[in-house]
Amino acid sequence: MKGWRRKGGKVLAGFEQQEAAVLRGLVSQVDDMLRARAQEAPQDELAELTGIKTGPSESPNDPVLSRLLPDFHKLDPDNPTTEDLDSVAALRSLHEPEVLDAKVGVAAVVMDTLPPEGGDIRLTYEQADAWLAALNDVRLALGTALDVTDDMPDELPEDDPRAPHLGVYHWLTWVQESLVQALTE
Amino acid sequence: MTTPVEAEETLGADAAAGDSPWQTIVWNDPVNLMSYVTYVFQKLFGYSRDHATKLMLDVHHKGKAAVSSGTKEKVEGDVAKLHAAGLWATMEQP
Repeated sequence: MKGWRRKGGKVLAGFEQQEAAVLRGLVSQVDDMLRARAQEAPQDELAELTGIKTGPSESPNDPVLSRLLPDFHKLDPDNPTTEDLDSVAALRSLHEPEVLDAKVGVAAVVMDTLPPEGGDIRLTYEQADAWLAALNDVRLALGTALDVTDDMPDELPEDDPRAPHLGVYHWLTWVQESLVQALTE
Repeated sequence: MTTPVEAEETLGADAAAGDSPWQTIVWNDPVNLMSYVTYVFQKLFGYSRDHATKLMLDVHHKGKAAVSSGTKEKVEGDVAKLHAAGLWATMEQP
């Protein structure tokens, strides 16, 4: 992977087989988590009839999912008001299905356009925007799992169990940054 | 750290357009790239690069910025779109 470039209305990059495997693996893991969350939505006959989905009203317990699907209000951590708690539950229930659909959708674009064996890929601008969002979801997931901070070093001490994974995180950061640059230059 | 004057200035144009009591807040987080956040503001809200960059820098330096305002329904939609893009957004009625 030598970075993205724009040419003839498309966005191009080449992926090594191993890079494709890493990225596809991460995207599909996040996708699995999102789909499992979607399954937690209450099932009711009315929703099936109307096609209007209602999501869970509670924030996910898992820190990764909770970062991917934030609350709609900033709650006072010590003493949230009943009004805020009720509103957070209602807004999540109403909007989480569309957020999940969007995230599953962008993951599918990456899986459809990045062959398992790697190679040269050509994206439309619309597909490139989907890639940006999917790369961001994967970075959020990995960043949350690694407890990334603002002043994260390039490398962690060898005895830190997160050390081997941080390289993947930094690589994803570079892939995303390069794609933003290609789209905005 | 905060300078509320600037945040209000950002909202002024939209808020004056009608009864617009809600605002969309984007919070700083250690993962999202500055370039990506700017790009998302341009794409979702149609902001100029300069305005989007200013909002992104507010998020980065002040910890948060009000990025849009309007009716409750409009702001709900904005927050949902920002969540879809992976930004940490909330809504509030100042």
